[in-house]
Amino acid sequence: MSSNGNMIRKKDLGFWQRIYVPEILKGLRLTIAQIFRPKITVQFPEDRFQPASSFRGRPVLVEENGVERCVACGLCSRVCPALAIEVQASETELEKERYPVKFEINMVRCIFCGFCEEVCPEEAIVMSNEYLLAFQSQEEAIFGKDKLLKSTEELRERLEFLRQHR
Amino acid sequence: MIIEALVKIVIVVNGILVGAAVLVLVERKISAYIQNRIGPNRVGPYGWFQSMADVVKLMGKEDIVPRAANKFVHDLAPMISITVALSTFAVIPFGNTIDIFGRHVKLIVADVNIGVLYILALTGIGVYGVTLAGWSSNSKYSLLGGLRSSAQLISYELAMGLSIVGVLMIAGTLRLNLLVMRQTLLIWGWLPSWNIFLQPVAFITFVIASFAETNRLPFDLPEAEPELVGGYHTEYSGMKFGLFFLAEYANMITSSALITTLFLGGWDLPFAIRLGVSPLMLSLLQMFAFGIKVACVLMFFIVIRWTIPRFRYDQLMNLGWKVMLPLSIGNVLVTGFVLLNIR
Repeated sequence: MSSNGNMIRKKDLGFWQRIYVPEILKGLRLTIAQIFRPKITVQFPEDRFQPASSFRGRPVLVEENGVERCVACGLCSRVCPALAIEVQASETELEKERYPVKFEINMVRCIFCGFCEEVCPEEAIVMSNEYLLAFQSQEEAIFGKDKLLKSTEELRERLEFLRQHR
Repeated sequence: MIIEALVKIVIVVNGILVGAAVLVLVERKISAYIQNRIGPNRVGPYGWFQSMADVVKLMGKEDIVPRAANKFVHDLAPMISITVALSTFAVIPFGNTIDIFGRHVKLIVADVNIGVLYILALTGIGVYGVTLAGWSSNSKYSLLGGLRSSAQLISYELAMGLSIVGVLMIAGTLRLNLLVMRQTLLIWGWLPSWNIFLQPVAFITFVIASFAETNRLPFDLPEAEPELVGGYHTEYSGMKFGLFFLAEYANMITSSALITTLFLGGWDLPFAIRLGVSPLMLSLLQMFAFGIKVACVLMFFIVIRWTIPRFRYDQLMNLGWKVMLPLSIGNVLVTGFVLLNIR
């Protein structure tokens, strides 16, 4: 409590402010006005929060025409700071020549940084808007290709967002 | 006579307990609304049974006593708090008189002639509950909370007592029922002579002191969560904590009732007598008016909590000794001077 600070305060406050009561009434008016404002609570299990397309939810593999875009280059696995991604490549007859036999993301390790999405040259792994991730065991948290694949229609908003802002 | 008194005691005690439970819920709801939230809404319709669930939960909890605590005093402290909180209401009239079952019943548990003194004495004892709780827990936080509570009481009880003096000088009695009777008169034929109009300064100082007495924000230093964990009830758990909690809310109700009685005309409903209703109806209306007034004061308590931040300890002392005390003494002097010249 420096005397200097007190001096400045005393200059700032007028008589009505120093007797405090009118200022309290002003504050009360603000507080009471808040009561009638719309509530921001989301009633969770019934209502769900719908994230914007910029939201980084769980990473998923993009599935186009029934087959994943991924060419199993392994860049996402390399860049992942939490070492959550495991990729095993193999050859295929398709034009892209390579595909992942095994693609696993350990959702307990994932930190939702989005580096995998940024580094991917094929736009094959993107962050979805899913955020409900609860598991009963460690094994259950390892997502294989069955859980990771999502069609381009489902991911349309995110893909458009990426094209606009990347 | 004894049965009549017992019935009134049962009604008042249960009224306070149920009122406290409702008040906890209402406070949580309003607090939520003020913060643009919804508040408890899962237990029962609109969360009305939340307080019941809380009580059941508290009953089921383990009662932990710290090893270094003084067991006897640790048990005694919540009892003091709750006893005082429940018995203060005894002298507060919650209605005029009512003719029921062929009896003429005064709507007050104990119509004693030292009502105001009784209340001041009991609130003085009430702080022992908090202070002893702080001391007996043998914990730093608890002790600081208890110390603050007693220091706060000393600084604010003076201003509280002196602000009542002005009211007592006008009424010339300590009997709360007569204090209310005095306020049913009209000034100039239209303004009810409630003490809030006759003694506005005393009203403000008394309300501020009441906030300090009930340990409510902005004067909740004894339990300031950010600094003292839980203050005096840090080391309490289960229903012993529940009793402190209950006592706090019961004290709020009693304080509101006291403010209503002393300054807002008690059960007085102006002009109700001109409605021409039956005496029984009039009594019920007056009780209802008392309830409404108390509820309004309680709302004020709750809304203030979210408006003014907590005072620092030195600010609290400054306000108590340098502002409230001179103000209430000045009020007594002015009141005395005016009364002397009128009579």
